[in-house]
This record gives sequence, C-alpha cells and structure tokens, in this order.
Amino acid sequence: MKEFTYIIEDEIGIHARPAGNLVKLIKTFSSTVTIEKEGKPPVSGTALMKIMGLGVKCGDTVKFTITGDDEEAALQQIAEFMDANL
Amino acid sequence: MVVYQGKGVYGAVAVGKVSVFSRNSADVRRMTVDDTEKELARVETAKEMAAQQLEEIHSKALKEVGEANAEIFEVHLMMLDDEDYNDSIKSIIETQKVNAEYAVAVTADNFAEMFSSMDDAYMQARAADVKDISDRLISCLMGGGKTENSSDEKMIICADDLAPSETVSLDKEKVLAFVTAFGSSNSHTAILARNMNIPAVISAGEDFLKNIHDGDMLIVDGHTGQLIVSPDDATIAKYVEKQAEDARKKQLLQELKGKENVTVDGTKINIFANIGGVGSIGSVLANDAGGIGLFRSEFLYLESEDYPTEEQQFSAYRKVLESMAGKKVIIRTLDIGADKQIDYFDLEKEDNPALGLRAVRICLTRPEIFKTQLRALFRASAFGDLGIMFPMITSVSEVEKCLAVCEEVKAELKNDGIKFNENTEVGIMIETPAAAVISDLLAPMVDFFSVGTNDLTQYTLACDRQNAKLEPFVDTHHEAVLRLIEMSAKNAHKNGTWIGICGELAADLTLTETFMRMGIDELSVSPPYVLPLREKVRSLDLSK
Repeated sequence: MKEFTYIIEDEIGIHARPAGNLVKLIKTFSSTVTIEKEGKPPVSGTALMKIMGLGVKCGDTVKFTITGDDEEAALQQIAEFMDANL
Repeated sequence: MVVYQGKGVYGAVAVGKVSVFSRNSADVRRMTVDDTEKELARVETAKEMAAQQLEEIHSKALKEVGEANAEIFEVHLMMLDDEDYNDSIKSIIETQKVNAEYAVAVTADNFAEMFSSMDDAYMQARAADVKDISDRLISCLMGGGKTENSSDEKMIICADDLAPSETVSLDKEKVLAFVTAFGSSNSHTAILARNMNIPAVISAGEDFLKNIHDGDMLIVDGHTGQLIVSPDDATIAKYVEKQAEDARKKQLLQELKGKENVTVDGTKINIFANIGGVGSIGSVLANDAGGIGLFRSEFLYLESEDYPTEEQQFSAYRKVLESMAGKKVIIRTLDIGADKQIDYFDLEKEDNPALGLRAVRICLTRPEIFKTQLRALFRASAFGDLGIMFPMITSVSEVEKCLAVCEEVKAELKNDGIKFNENTEVGIMIETPAAAVISDLLAPMVDFFSVGTNDLTQYTLACDRQNAKLEPFVDTHHEAVLRLIEMSAKNAHKNGTWIGICGELAADLTLTETFMRMGIDELSVSPPYVLPLREKVRSLDLSK
C-alpha cells in the first residue's frame, strides 16, 4: 500500500474537468485508489461524482491511498498529474 | 417597447426575431414493472445511445469552441459512466420495481441535490450537468433524441435555461443570440456562448420569459445585459449602428490581436492600458494590452468609508497581479487632493488645490497611510510583475524619502518572514516641469519614468485643467511640453531607465511617431485605444 498527500494549489480546486481527467488516469491502473479529504470519508478514485462531491478547494489537503500490483507506477503518475494540473 | 435587464455574458449586440426554445419535455411517470431485467437492459441501450450523441456533440464542440471548452462533454460521458450514478439507477429499479425513466429521474434529482447543496458556486452550477445527462438518458429511453430548430431564419433563442449540450447542439448558423431567464455566469453555457462569439444575456428573469413569444422583435445587448422587446424604429437603428461599431472593433481585434507593436522598420514599443479599478481588468485583456501602465489606486480609498486596511489593499493588488498572469502591472500610489477629495482624509480647504497638498505630498506628511499602502504593494509583488510609481514628484529629496520608506517596508517584511519580490521596479511620474528639468538627477534613482501629460501640460502652460474658458490657451501639442518629454526620455536612457507615457497624449495618434522617434519605451492608454494605437504603430516607418 502506498500513500501520499497533496495540497491543492489550483484556484477553484478539483473542478469537473480535472476530476474527469484524474478518474480517466486512475482507471488505467489495476490498483485500487481512494481519495480522502480531511474530515470526510475516503471515496473511490474512479467515482467521478463522489470526487466532485468532496468539494476540494484551493489549500485543501487530499490523501491518496493506492493498493495493488502497479501501485508504484500509479503513485508516480497520479502525483505528476496533480502537480501539473492542480 | 419594454426593457428587461439581465446579465450580459458576451459583449455584442443582436437584433432579430425570437424563437422560444422548447424541448421534448419528457413527463416522467412512476410505473411499477415486473420484469426488472428488461428495465436494466433498456438503461444499457439508452446509455449507449446517449453516449453516442455525446460523442457527436463533443466532436462538434471541438470544432466550434476548442478543446478546453469541449472537455465538459468528455466529463459528461464520464458522468454517464459513473459507478455511483449507475448503481443508484440499478438499485432503484431492482428494489422499487419501477420503470427505468423514473429511476433515472430520481437519481438525477439526488445527485443534482448533492451539488446544489455545496457551498461553492462552481460546484452548484454542476447540478445542471447532472440534469443535462439525465434528461438525455430519459429522452433516449423514450426513444428519441432532442429536436433542432427547423426554421431557416436566424433567430434569437430564448429559454428558461440551456444545458451545455443544448447550447452546442444548436446550429450556430441559425442563432443570433441566446437569452436565458435563469442561469449563472459560471455556467458552462455562459462560457460556451463566449467562446462561440454569440451575444448572450442570462438571468433575464421569469417575467421576461412569460412575456416573450415566437416571432417577437428583440434587441439583445450583451454589453449591458439589456433586452428590448418590440423596439421602435429609432431604437433599432441605434442598435444596428452599435452592431456595426462592434463589427469594426471585432475586425480590428482579429487583425491585430496577438500581433507585435512594431513599426515597418522594426522599432518596437510596449502598449499598456490605464485602469482605475479591478473591474476593468477584463477589458485590458480583451483588448490585448501588454500590461497595465497605470493602475490608479485611488478607487480603494474612494470606495471606502475609512482608510482601507493593509489586508484590503493587499487582496485587491494581488487580484490584479494574478489576473494579469505575469504581465507588467504598474500601480500608482495614492493620488488625491486637487480635484479628487475624500472626506475622511479631512484635508484643509486650499485656495489653489492644484498647487496644493496632493498626491505624494500627502503621503510624505502622513507616513502611516503611505506605509500601509507600500506594505500591501510589496506583499502583492510576490504574485506577479509589479511596478510601484510615485506621483507629483518635484525634487530629488522627495524621491529619496519615498525610497527610504520602501526600504523600511522591505526590511520589515523580511523580518516578518513575508515573501515579496526583491526586484520590484520603482518609478516616478514626470508630471511637473521641475521633474522633467532635473530628470538627469532623478533617472539614476529609479527604474522607470512615466509621463503624466495632463498635469505636465497644466503646470507647464499655467492653465487650470478644470477651467473650460482656458481651452483656447491650451495647446496640447505645445512645443514646451514635447521638449520636456524629449529631455526626460534622453536623461532616462542615459541612465538605463525606461520611460513611458500614461497621460491622454499617449492615445493621440498624431503624436505616436513623435514619441517613437524620442525613443519612448511604453505608451499606456485606456483599453479601447490599445488596438487603434497598435494599428498606428504598425503603419509607421521610422527609417524614412
């Protein structure tokens, strides 16, 4: 199991388009990915509407938990995606 | 003639006939079913059909509004495929033994509810996206797609609200404008209208929709958000003229946007914009200015009941710098007194206010006000390319004093561990004859000069700007003023200091060549003059 946290820098937070692209990326891995925002139960990384429903805003910290065969690669690519887009 | 007021989201004018947008309003009824397997299969078929439609809309949007804006339909496709959304539909069908349409409608309401209860305007607007895909799904379940406007005439589409997919699906060739009774400027429909370059007004209100009918004449003013129903001939003529003016501007924009400010012989100049409030940033960007050459900070003080705090100022300056995304922004420190008075400053009445306690003179006599502004400015400097400019300078010692306060503020910030840009450019206005005459002494002290031609003319010619009777005596092209500018430019360049002009003369196209020959580095004008000035620059040949 791998974990990493990320602080959102994007001004409007995880909005529809990046959430969609994030889900698209997560779906390419066989590992299970969950996303957690402080104070809320974790949601599946492939559940688009739930991710949008977290209402992640600029300055919020989100935690990714990744479990599975390709967790190493998933961690790296998700982190890259977050850095580049959010 | 009746006038309604909405919010304009794309600044253009349309005059034409109304077509009230109607959709196949699908009345969804709850029906109990025995064969839930069959309902589940129907959902699968409808989903495939809906997905196919969305693919088509996506490729149409790619062509018409570009990749970034078309992406929302990719999100729609993903939403349609969302696990929770589909699980909810499935579970409603199975547990309640109901028809698929009903299950989709209930699911849509639940998810839309989740978004609209969020405390974030952007996410609230996403409720419309859920409704949009669900309506499509229901319409597919009922065996149909969505209908199109079949008339050949170009119409103004009026609707309660338009879903993003409806906006893109409309045949652009047949749409003069969009008007919606509801909707927010954050909605994708508003964003799409902007990108499709179609005049659009939203939030026109329920009354508007009630009183408008197919075939009514309507004027849509996307600049002001005004809607004029059944206008008289004179009004129509006025707006047709406005339309022509927009068309001319748009053409100029298309020809000149993104082009360099360069003469035929290759001499370049920066063209920036003058603004007096955060609200004008949109027009700075729309007119493709290279930066902001004069940002009048007075509005912060004028709009306030008391001295604006450091935080209030910081957040306004930061917003300007962030909106300009790395382009130069020159903010002029407080310039009140003379014709600009503020009650809470409690300034004494003067017999001759133009030659009185104003601008930097107030700042130097009330250092606490000055320091608050400079702290806010330096803190904001971390968020873009800031230049700080002092008005009404007449002497070396004034500049020394201003710079000393800057150093004091910087040292404090450093001490407090607050980040700021160490290399923030500092400059002065050249708007008194004294400053121009000693520009050789002032230039080594600062990074830039900016000539305020209005005051420079008033002080050089001894003609009060406010007195209309003096007009015959004010020659705006007076040789004395031009010589002072030329002298300042020479002294600036000798010292590696750059020089701009931010007064009204900067927009005077008959002087553009003169200024460029003097080697002026930047002209700052009000936003609508940026492109005409660029056009002028590009037509000049300084080698002749």
